[in-house]
Amino acid sequence: MTITLNSKIPAGSINDKWNTYKEDAKLVAPGNKRKFKVIVVGSGLAGASAAATMAELGYQVDVFTFHDSPRRAHSIAAQGGINAAKNYQGDGDSVHRLFYDTIKGGDFRSREANVHRLAEVSVNIIDQMVSQGVPFAREYGGMLDNRSFGGAQVSRTFYARGQTGQQLLLGAYQQLARQIGLGNVRMFNRTELVDVVTIEGRCAGIVTRDLVNGEVVSHSAHAVVMATGGYGNVFYLSTNAMACNVTAAWRAHRNGATFANPCYTQIHPTCIPQSDPTQSKLTLMSESLRNDGRVWVPQNPDETRPASQVPEAERDYILERLYPSYGNLAPRDISSRAAKRSVDSGRGVGPLKNGVYLDFSDAINRLGKDVVEERYGNLFEMYERIAGENPYDMPMRIYPASHYTMGGLWVDYELMTNIPGLYAAGEANFSDHGANRLGASALMQGLADGYFVLPYTIGNYLAPMLNKPIPGTDHPAFKAAELAAQARYQGYVDIKGTRSPDYFHREVGRIIWDYCGMERTQQGLEKALSELPALYEEFQKDLRVTGDTESMNQTLEKAGRVDDFFQLGMLMCRDALEREESCGGHFRAEYQTDEGEATRDDEKFAHVAAWEWTGDPTKSIRHKEELNFEAIHLATRSYK
Amino acid sequence: MSNHLKDLKLKIWRQSGPAAKGHFEEYVMPEISDEASFLEMLDVLNEGLIGENKLPVVFDHDCREGICGTCSLMINGQAHGPERSTATCQLHMRKFKSGDEIVIEPWRASAFPIIKDLMVDRSAFDRIIESGGFISANTGGAPDANLIPIPKSVADAAMDSAQCIGCGACVAACPNGAANLFTAAKIAHLNLLPQGQAERYKRTEAMVETMDEYFGSCTNHGECEAACPKEISIDVIALMNKDYRKSKLKNRKEISRN
Ligand SMILES: Cc1cc2nc3c(=O)[nH]c(=O)nc-3n(C[C@H](O)[C@H](O)[C@H](O)COP(=O)(O)OP(=O)(O)OC[C@H]3O[C@@H](n4cnc5c(N)ncnc54)[C@H](O)[C@@H]3O)c2cc1C
Ligand code: FES
Repeated sequence: MTITLNSKIPAGSINDKWNTYKEDAKLVAPGNKRKFKVIVVGSGLAGASAAATMAELGYQVDVFTFHDSPRRAHSIAAQGGINAAKNYQGDGDSVHRLFYDTIKGGDFRSREANVHRLAEVSVNIIDQMVSQGVPFAREYGGMLDNRSFGGAQVSRTFYARGQTGQQLLLGAYQQLARQIGLGNVRMFNRTELVDVVTIEGRCAGIVTRDLVNGEVVSHSAHAVVMATGGYGNVFYLSTNAMACNVTAAWRAHRNGATFANPCYTQIHPTCIPQSDPTQSKLTLMSESLRNDGRVWVPQNPDETRPASQVPEAERDYILERLYPSYGNLAPRDISSRAAKRSVDSGRGVGPLKNGVYLDFSDAINRLGKDVVEERYGNLFEMYERIAGENPYDMPMRIYPASHYTMGGLWVDYELMTNIPGLYAAGEANFSDHGANRLGASALMQGLADGYFVLPYTIGNYLAPMLNKPIPGTDHPAFKAAELAAQARYQGYVDIKGTRSPDYFHREVGRIIWDYCGMERTQQGLEKALSELPALYEEFQKDLRVTGDTESMNQTLEKAGRVDDFFQLGMLMCRDALEREESCGGHFRAEYQTDEGEATRDDEKFAHVAAWEWTGDPTKSIRHKEELNFEAIHLATRSYK
Repeated sequence: MSNHLKDLKLKIWRQSGPAAKGHFEEYVMPEISDEASFLEMLDVLNEGLIGENKLPVVFDHDCREGICGTCSLMINGQAHGPERSTATCQLHMRKFKSGDEIVIEPWRASAFPIIKDLMVDRSAFDRIIESGGFISANTGGAPDANLIPIPKSVADAAMDSAQCIGCGACVAACPNGAANLFTAAKIAHLNLLPQGQAERYKRTEAMVETMDEYFGSCTNHGECEAACPKEISIDVIALMNKDYRKSKLKNRKEISRN
């Protein structure tokens, strides 16, 4: 297959592109919409909002999730908030400012036209969610309240206590549930996508595995949307839910969809540090805490006094010192590296010296305990439950952890992958965050894609297909994919080796974290690229999955996901190796200023790297989409 | 620093499928760190079982942060175990002592059939939401979000009920297997908000009647409130009952008008 990466950016000024697109897009008449079947894989913010909206418009929609209910998608866990350029605070926010902050936050590695559209529709999201009954925080006068997030100097973040993702997802889930109740959506729970089928160059449907009874089945459709989330669990320990995985996107990739910028991963600065080797995941402490918490470490690496007894003069407020104008609200990549360097220099705190303090004592003195409790009460409780310490009395201990993945399936302006008819939305695509995502922008992007972009762009693709037949699931390509999927899962059971999928997951995760984590070097990446294939071979020979393929088997599910993580991991390292610059979350130690800041190479790397599958993950082919900056000048990112 | 618990005795419900007969099986955990979470303790057990070529214990879980509502274990007869307002995944081993015997069972309720071992099917909850647990507002055309001010106290009260994670502990804890707390929490969330008024009585009637199709009836034991990891107050049930009674009258009037 020859790959063409046509971003299909509409002509015209940045302010007009989206309107021009909508005016020119082909339409499907209301009465004809029910003649089209659209598959949505994933029921998180992106999937639920897309599915509900397309069902409202009249399309037949089938939704798939491996969860037991659409309400459980990982979007539920987002804590801090969602951005929108409403300027309700009158502090100078605007569509342009949100657009600019997002491009700059992403270190000038995202596509201007997509990001501008995101900023434009952000305001509609808040309106839509309020009309859906989302109980956002309010001020006493009844108006919506806002807070600030990293990388912004305005207050544009809307929130619902520390459970913004939960409330937004429940809003979108309820809207989806209504369509299920009305019979416009067929919902497939506990059903995992295991393959994507393309016929004559267009996406013809998917193959799924029923997790309860192992049945492998094909589904054909006019268009397929991947809204399957991110791949942050490739690191094993991350803030993602246990089941988050890359399989859906990876299967699309193996069938011809290019995978963009896999090395752009976000390490979130404020997570609870690991406390024990059995640990299965890390817990995020919302970025919103950095509104009132101050990050510091003791000056003296041998400090033994409890935090409250370390005098002011012997504390190093690292972010305030290094980035005076943004202070504790510096963007995530920058804050994470500052924490890592403090710990690496031996000034870490806590029993394992693997964290930095996030201290609220000033905020408690200034605002009173009640106000702090009102703002962050549930986060403080969560911290206490996990760490066993009370953050009202002792500062929290935090450390960076894998949290979000900016990379993902390459998509054009219409959110279509390079396979016609196959779309990607939400965290699963690469589109809007460049090399670093700003806080509270993922929820915004997921809902923008699902509510306000896909319903238009999919119509443009479907309109010319009216009354033309599409291949059914009896097509040989579907049958072949079903057989391959059955063989794949049976294969894991048949290896009968000695090690569990979790063992291998921990090992891959360790390699990726060590060499393709917060700081990367050529040498380290080359080492990873020699260790990973060897470990992968061991996986293929020594995996042990007990039980069978015909009943609920969580070990078997895990085996398939770890297999795909291996392949993705190799591609991540390749991508990181080839990108000889530092940008956003991709920090190559060789490319930094004397002060340790990332040095981009705009001449050579102002492009998206989109990888083509060749059958061997170490031999994928790198394609480029050049990024053109017309509305914003490329500049060195500074938060000083 | 972490301590280690020794010789925990686990009695775990094993059941190979929905129709199979289940039984308890006993396991000894020779050693586990008290920093481990309850589910991490089960991970360690399962790694060991795979090592012995046996079938690991199936249980539902995902976020491990107490928010997705997937985890669902009866621990020593208590839904989500001994710690108040804590989902199973947030329970830590520091709450236990060396030598403790811990009995682990699935949610037991006729509306939640067992799929395997400790995993149950809670899709009856989805049916309740599908019947009316929403505000009908199609995408597009929503008015400006600040057009209708909502008093902070109202938004806060709606949020208190909206926090429900849909785990089903309330049903599992209820001697009658009733889903009144779950249903009433959603009704309170939507019925309190100005946006929810148009469908208030239609919603209440539909949700209550769908609930009655699947679940047992509430006889005011109050076990649900005690088991709820989000501490949703049983007061929402009174609100639901009031709106349900009213709905009978209002909806009939509505029908006669049309
Ligand atoms: C702890 C935490 C806190 C966060 N806080 C914030 C925040 O405050 N603000 C913010 O903007 N962002 C936040 N984020 C990021 C944000 O939550 C996510 O990026 C976003 O919710 C992703 O939404 P999504 O719809 O793309 O995917 P998800 O919500 O992850 O949904 C993925 C869906 O795909 C399904 N799926 C996946 N693979 C398959 C398959 N093979 N077969 C079938 N189904 C499949 C899953 O079942 C699920 O339904 C946070 C993330 C984390 C981890
Ligand atoms: S696993 Fe998500 S609430 Fe327990």
